[in-house]
Amino acid sequence: MTFIPKPKVSHPSLPKNALGFTRRDYEGALSTLCAGCGHDSITAAIIEASWGLSLEPQNVVKLSGIGCSSKTTAYFVSGGHGFNSVHGRMPSIAMGANAANRNLTYIGVSGDGDTLSIGLGQFCHAIRRNLNMLYIIENNGVYGLTKGQFSASADIGTKAKKGETNLQAPIDPVLLAMTLGASFVARSFSGDKEQLVPLIQAGLRHKGFALIDVLSPCVTFNDHEGSTKSYAYTREHYEPAVHADFIPFEREIKAEYKEGEALTVVMHDGSRIVLRKLDAAYDPTNRIAAFAQIQERMKQGEHLTGLLYVEPLQQEFHDMNGTPDAALNAVPYEKLSPGAKGLEKILSRYR
Amino acid sequence: MMTNDFVIKIATVNGTGSASANTLLMKSIFRSGIPVMGKNYFPSNIQGLPTWYEIRVTKHGYVARQGKVDIMVAMNAETYGKDMREVAPGGYLIYDSTWPRPALLKREEITVIGVPLARLCNESFNGVRTRILMKNICYAGVLAALLDLDLQKIRELLAETYGKKPALVDSNMKAIELGYAYTKEHYKCPLPLRVEPFSKEEGSKTAGHIMIDGNTAAALGCVFAGATVAAWYPITPSTSLMDAYKGFADRWRVDPETGRKNFAFIQAEDELAAIGMVLGASWNGARAFTATSGPGISLMNEFLGLAYYAEVPAVVFDVQRVGPSTGMPTRTQQCDLMECAYASHGDTKHVCLYPSNPEECFYMAVEAFDLAERLQTPIMVLSDLDIGMNDWMCRDLEWDDAYRPDRGKILGLDEILKLDKFYRYLDKDDDGIPYRTLPGVHPKASYFTRGSGHTQFGTYTEDSVEYQIVLDRLVRKFHTAKTLLPKPVVRMHGTKTDVAIVSLGSCDGAVQEAIDVLERMGVVLDYMRVRAFPFGEEVEKFLADHRTIFVVEQNRDAQLRSLLTLETAVEKSKLRSLLHYSGLPISSSFIVEGVLAEIAPGGDRLKVVDLPRKARMP
Repeated sequence: MTFIPKPKVSHPSLPKNALGFTRRDYEGALSTLCAGCGHDSITAAIIEASWGLSLEPQNVVKLSGIGCSSKTTAYFVSGGHGFNSVHGRMPSIAMGANAANRNLTYIGVSGDGDTLSIGLGQFCHAIRRNLNMLYIIENNGVYGLTKGQFSASADIGTKAKKGETNLQAPIDPVLLAMTLGASFVARSFSGDKEQLVPLIQAGLRHKGFALIDVLSPCVTFNDHEGSTKSYAYTREHYEPAVHADFIPFEREIKAEYKEGEALTVVMHDGSRIVLRKLDAAYDPTNRIAAFAQIQERMKQGEHLTGLLYVEPLQQEFHDMNGTPDAALNAVPYEKLSPGAKGLEKILSRYR
Repeated sequence: MMTNDFVIKIATVNGTGSASANTLLMKSIFRSGIPVMGKNYFPSNIQGLPTWYEIRVTKHGYVARQGKVDIMVAMNAETYGKDMREVAPGGYLIYDSTWPRPALLKREEITVIGVPLARLCNESFNGVRTRILMKNICYAGVLAALLDLDLQKIRELLAETYGKKPALVDSNMKAIELGYAYTKEHYKCPLPLRVEPFSKEEGSKTAGHIMIDGNTAAALGCVFAGATVAAWYPITPSTSLMDAYKGFADRWRVDPETGRKNFAFIQAEDELAAIGMVLGASWNGARAFTATSGPGISLMNEFLGLAYYAEVPAVVFDVQRVGPSTGMPTRTQQCDLMECAYASHGDTKHVCLYPSNPEECFYMAVEAFDLAERLQTPIMVLSDLDIGMNDWMCRDLEWDDAYRPDRGKILGLDEILKLDKFYRYLDKDDDGIPYRTLPGVHPKASYFTRGSGHTQFGTYTEDSVEYQIVLDRLVRKFHTAKTLLPKPVVRMHGTKTDVAIVSLGSCDGAVQEAIDVLERMGVVLDYMRVRAFPFGEEVEKFLADHRTIFVVEQNRDAQLRSLLTLETAVEKSKLRSLLHYSGLPISSSFIVEGVLAEIAPGGDRLKVVDLPRKARMP
């Protein structure tokens, strides 16, 4: 719920970004989610990442469907337009909005119910079109607003708060996205800001569909013993495989990386992602090998995290459609109408 | 003698090339200056099922079916018996006499003309497929001889159609000449039913006209309106609208210097996504549209409610087909009137436009985009399969280069800078229409769009009063809509009468003709064709001014009548329904008979002048 305005009091000593904005300028309305909700940490990471990239607030478009996660688009970047659409259909709103103006930054926030059940079809097709957007799944394995039903990401054997055991196989958004040819696939944990912020920045700059599946425990309905999406369980079983340092085009690489440890990926705008492999055997640029490894570790009950797969120079929707660099919503009308003379020519075929 | 006034029906099997022969016949008559109507009755199938094409030569320029057949070209053995029975007494039946026809099927009161089409083609062409195709072109030659069509015009048309393949022009022409020569040799040509160009004094009755289908015309309207985002999921009978848009856009919207396309054409994964894309694009300042049919509207319901409540413009073409459910996908009906008017859960109402022919599809398409942005709501354009997929003779489409899109109340940067604060849903102008802003302009203009309860200031609410303020304003907006929508078209009879017909959309041609026929029988009727929902004052007045009103529409449940009783003050008992829902386009004779059936028993109840006894259509 977003009816509680957040008082804006900023201390003069707060650090400013290239636009002269402080982090407070990237905040939104006060969150009405439960205290300790993983989603609020993700909101904080989005604010941090947007501030760090010096995004013009009005150029940020925030999109969501329905659910706890979908409410969060009201909690960051209040200077950007938001669109809280219908359950599971955010990708189509994002597609249309992006078609109308390709030059804005599109951030979609969804949940595991919104994406993997009711919205599974639209999610898959947004990936197929390589729609240029950052798509964050706040994944907690449970329906919060309707009080604790299993979602499609619930693991086999996980227990609901009321004691029921889930017997159906989960849909894993990371593996699914990789199968569909996604060009940027990451997994993270709401409790790991150090990992999450640079991932969001890289995802925002990635040209094409960037997926970050963020394990985000539900403190109210899925944080108990027996749940595989609790804070305790996630901390124990999540395994950083690839850390991604995002380095914008304007900045130099300052950190020192050991020989063989780092892999630099250059993005379409010249920005770079330095991938630090924490797991020497893992290759985030080899789709088939990465897929197998993620699945292998999953069998052992572990979630590999980080930037799990990246392929920076893919064609996005507009490249395939052949639209101009300028926004379609700004093409002057004169360029859109064949005019009376054109009509005359057209009609000659129908005489 | 029925020169320039008769109906030909051609029965074939689909996927055998008969479509080109039929178009050829119709266009050659049209080019001779004689008005013509063409209707295609085709199966939901690619190849092998029965299909019919009806050509009506009509010197009076009527655009609807009359309801009878004078000449049947019975090329399909499977439907031969039924086809023969359909010929009006005194009419003609043409069949392929290569094989003997069933002896049992005989009618003394019609003339049967046998031409060995298959044999003629087998002797002259090679290859099974070619022979089948040519047999169907060959009957065009038979008709050319019987009706006295201009062979030169036919050759010209073939040359235009197959411009890049001269060999096809020659082979098609050869097939036509085979049929033509055989018929001339064996039968007395032309028939009394024939085509004869009007005298010089009378002139051409097709000059200044085109033959075009409604989907093509609507697509042209979208191009001229400046629509840049087209999202859709294929569904008969709307698909050709999107195909046509793409065709025109590929020709007229590609930047000659850069080769880039000033449009986005997105085939969605389903209708839910298609309307979602349209809403996303419209919300973001592009003119966007989708085309679908009844089943698609069903799927779009949830999003349409969001668009209504969150006030997002959209243009939706519903090319109606026969329901319920999958129904008969290739047959026509006006069965989505209620569905479109009240689509979605909760209190929702939508602005609907009802074009009656392709010409109106073009102009209403343009108007739909202006209305969508002016009213910030979805505009549903309800065409149907008959309008959308059949070629209609219409007046030339015209365009005024002074046209500029009405973008409605969108605040630009300068206006935003002057504001202290922007509130999305305030009724500043007292017309129920709020102001909107686009993303990417200024942080001060940002707002949150949502389908959940919101205040006039654009914030979330669960407060009863705040919620109702917005809901009540939406009603005021709907009232404003009434003043902006196309007015009904009224045809008042010179003589005062209190009996009338009210109808809409593709019924128009049949109603117009029926009124002429009834007048000749002494039945005098006024007529109003509604062109938009919600209904305005003019509709109210017309309903109030007449005592008995026949509501003519093409569905089973009297949906227009329901809308009229729900949304106007009309007394329900005044409205009598004439319902046509067979899937074929309504005919004038259906309406004539329907009106006469009502008024014949108690003639004095209605104003009837000199009604002949047992008056019925021939």
